[in-house]
Amino acid sequence: MANSARRDSPELPDFSLLKRLARDQLIYLLEQLPGKKDLFIEADLMSPLDRIANVSTLKQHEVDKLYKVEYKPVVSTSDQLCFLIRPRIQTFYACEAVLEEQGMFGDVTTDEWAFYLLPLDDDIISLELPEFFRDNFLAGDQRWMRTAGSALHLLHSLYGPFSKVYGIGRYSKMAYESWREQVEQGEQRARQAEIGNVFLIDRDVDFVTPLCSQVVYEGLVDDIFRIKCGCVEFSPDVTASDKSVKVMLNSQDKVFNEIRNEHFSNVFGFLSQKARNLQTAYDKRRGMDIKQMKTFVSEELKGLKQEHRLLSLHIGASESIMKKKTKQDFQELLKTEHSLLEGFEIRECISYIEEHISRQVSMIESLRLLCLLSITENGELSFVTSNYGVDHLLTFSNLRQLGLLVEQQPGETLTVMESRVGKLVNDKTAGKLTDAFSSLAKKSNFRALSRKLNLVPKSDEEYDLRVPRDMAYIFSGAYVPLSCKLIEQVLERDGWTGLEEVTRLLNGNEFAVTGQITSMSDRIILVMFLGGCTFSEISALRFLGREKGKHGPNGCSVSH
Amino acid sequence: MTKSKADEEDYWNSSKFKAFTFDDEDDELIRLKESRQAVNSIQRLVEEDDDEDDVEKVSWSGEPVGSISWSVKETAASNQRTDREPAFPKIPTDTPSLSKSQSGYSLSSLFKGKTKGGNFQSFTDTLSDSSIRLYAPELRKPKSEYKDYVSDWSPEETIQRLQQGKTAPLEKFRSLQDKLLLLDFAVSAHDGNVITAVLIYLKRTLSKEVLFRELESRQTALRHFIHYLTETKDQRLLLELLRALGRTEDVALLQYKEHLSIADENKRRDFLKSCLSLPFSAEDSAHVQDHYTLLERQIIIEATDRQAERGGKVEIFQKFPRRASILNMPLITTLYYCCFYHYSEPEGTYSSPLNIRQAFKISEKQYFVTALAARAKLKAWLDVDALFTSRNWLGFTRKKSPLSFQRVVDVLQKNSAPTQVLQDYVGLVEDPDMRISLAQKHKCHDIVINTYRDMKDRQQLLGYRGKVGRGSAEERKIDELLNNQQIRWKN
Repeated sequence: MANSARRDSPELPDFSLLKRLARDQLIYLLEQLPGKKDLFIEADLMSPLDRIANVSTLKQHEVDKLYKVEYKPVVSTSDQLCFLIRPRIQTFYACEAVLEEQGMFGDVTTDEWAFYLLPLDDDIISLELPEFFRDNFLAGDQRWMRTAGSALHLLHSLYGPFSKVYGIGRYSKMAYESWREQVEQGEQRARQAEIGNVFLIDRDVDFVTPLCSQVVYEGLVDDIFRIKCGCVEFSPDVTASDKSVKVMLNSQDKVFNEIRNEHFSNVFGFLSQKARNLQTAYDKRRGMDIKQMKTFVSEELKGLKQEHRLLSLHIGASESIMKKKTKQDFQELLKTEHSLLEGFEIRECISYIEEHISRQVSMIESLRLLCLLSITENGELSFVTSNYGVDHLLTFSNLRQLGLLVEQQPGETLTVMESRVGKLVNDKTAGKLTDAFSSLAKKSNFRALSRKLNLVPKSDEEYDLRVPRDMAYIFSGAYVPLSCKLIEQVLERDGWTGLEEVTRLLNGNEFAVTGQITSMSDRIILVMFLGGCTFSEISALRFLGREKGKHGPNGCSVSH
Repeated sequence: MTKSKADEEDYWNSSKFKAFTFDDEDDELIRLKESRQAVNSIQRLVEEDDDEDDVEKVSWSGEPVGSISWSVKETAASNQRTDREPAFPKIPTDTPSLSKSQSGYSLSSLFKGKTKGGNFQSFTDTLSDSSIRLYAPELRKPKSEYKDYVSDWSPEETIQRLQQGKTAPLEKFRSLQDKLLLLDFAVSAHDGNVITAVLIYLKRTLSKEVLFRELESRQTALRHFIHYLTETKDQRLLLELLRALGRTEDVALLQYKEHLSIADENKRRDFLKSCLSLPFSAEDSAHVQDHYTLLERQIIIEATDRQAERGGKVEIFQKFPRRASILNMPLITTLYYCCFYHYSEPEGTYSSPLNIRQAFKISEKQYFVTALAARAKLKAWLDVDALFTSRNWLGFTRKKSPLSFQRVVDVLQKNSAPTQVLQDYVGLVEDPDMRISLAQKHKCHDIVINTYRDMKDRQQLLGYRGKVGRGSAEERKIDELLNNQQIRWKN
């Protein structure tokens, strides 16, 4: 399988250190409240917290009972109540203002748990901030910028010093600035760098890639079952029992590790081969004498059983994916997406989308297709439509604000679509809320970018998905993700030289900075997506890492 | 620290005869610190042991025994059961490497005065000393300890302090110029948190008129302020702000948005009606009008249908009880509902599908898809058939569809239409390859056979012979064709 990493790939840094650090920070905070206390945890924080500490850790620090934070009166017998919450209403300053207004100031002490980064896998670190994207790109609130800078600072102190930082995007620049200031304020020191180079990228530099249906295994699992905090909940139809099961998805799962980056079409073959091998291994028992049997049971059986369990889970998941996808004519959906990416047969695509909407197949998918159409066609054929209920008034306004939907200017020729679909809606109104921010709305120049960077391989060539030849394999050979292509190009050129036209089309904000320390380990590259990334992109970057013998740029997703 | 030294410290700690002079203060402090270290290290060792025991018992990963999410669930279920260890599906994943690192070592102990010692080797093994020291600024004192500082920081210094999470009094900045300096420094620091902190102060100390005026020329700060007001649900001030900025359409939308929080349908309808006069753009105004009209109609339909359902006299409601009320449903769902329950009503009624189509100017295709799905669901195949039938000027009937026939077959098949019905539509699929594959999938043998005949594809026809029942009418038909000398086969 393509997974066998090149032998000269450098070792990844030990990111489990980050977990320990977060855990110790938490303990420190708990120690600030001596004596017995009840701990109230916000639902969103529970999964991350589970990766970091366990109940016995908390008990050791005199946590008595654990509760979930809910909107209801607190019933507790403890003198001290400790709440662990995400700062919803801004971070400290606003929290304090609210406490003051409510007359609670003084009765409550607040402190910050500086929990920045959670390693989700050997090569994935996450800030676990699902609200990052919305706050930054939609509301224009830069509240997480310092957090992003601090996270970078933490990585820099532990695994740096970095020798080069590349980036593109307004927020990447801000995060870089925040990091730089923190480095200046802190102390410098010399140590062997484990991470040499860093690439920062704003999610809105490439909206096209996350709008495409994912077809690598891990991406599909995420699209269908939602991977949260490195963990997925498989429903009973996957587990073939009456219970759903929560499973950690990472490189420790040997079966998953071999298929996660594979195009889905290869996964079945792989799984059935595995199943056959397993059968053979079990069959060895036959004809064994007692002694051999004893060795078998003590040495092999446990491993086989585990593999068996994992195999049946992933086979179940694959079957469930197949069932769901064939039900929705996935093939046609993909064909439409590919045509849009290629800029080919747009009329047919529009009529497909129109039908998709009319049939009310899936709201999310309809919106995704609309946005893809709007971005790839530079808004020329955009239209607003919705028969999904009045609640989506805001959805459309938000999409427009983000530049995911670009509305046609009045006076331009209306497309057939617009006149037909646009009128039957009752909640089109939303958009105007945001026109005031239209200065921020950017034109997408996808078509030109695609030509410049060669994002869409020529379609007349056969593409063998089993032996991927470039990153396009993650989209069945139809499209190289823009984000990853940029990363590849910049690393290859060691900067943005020669990409002037590309950066102009991307509205600038690119940078490439060289630090004072030149590090020997420039082969491990940290890629930080501000606003989240998809599993497909991570797969593509892993591929890039294997190809170039650099180690998998580490996806450092900021939100989900 | 040697053992004898530790013993000595213990002695010092417990001895009542500790000589104390003020001159010795420094010495004393050092001793105290050292003894606390000694005690701490014992504590540490004890905890370490505990931890190791726990590692044996508790393996955690995914959501295993003793995980926090698990424990919270347990607390919710019953407070008494928290100590029990239930059998839970264990997923062995990243435990091995991690269990080792779970020594009782806690970084925080570093900052209570302990710097070095032999009892946390596991950590020093992985990290050089210098990196440990580097964490020191991260683990700062609790916030409360920063209070009571008196200071005289410039606007720039104040912003820097705020950025570092320290407190800095804003109250001393009283002139407008100082306040704006604060704001501008905050904006140029790109720290949203600090920007908001300053905005909260400005909101409290400046009149609205002045604040709004100044924000108008500061877009980043303005967006933060709008977001802050939205999050704190200060609707009144937000509306005032938008009005002051002349964003009348935003004001209208924001007010319109309030309908979402009105649960009672009649009140919501009245509210929507009152929205009609808001200064929307022409286009939006039409949509709000539609929204109002739709809800008004839904209220009427709902009242009538609920009564009909309860009365038990209308057959369709008995056979297919309604799953939910139609109130607040989207337009297309409403149309589907009416195609389902009120299909043949005269065009004059509120619930007639044709009336809805007219009133909301629904496109032909949209109407067609919705009606098809609804009638197919009811297995009203005659209605389905009628949807496609149109007469040309000579009076001949032919089947016409705004939707591709392939899609029509798809809809029908999903509603388990019998082969008899399906084959009519499969036969109308234009593309022969598509037609064959659909026909094969739905076992419409006649269509497959006829298509191969038309394509003069003898080989395919021969192949298909193996797929039909032995001695069946289809087999006979194939044989007839294969023996027919008139056909000029292409292969």
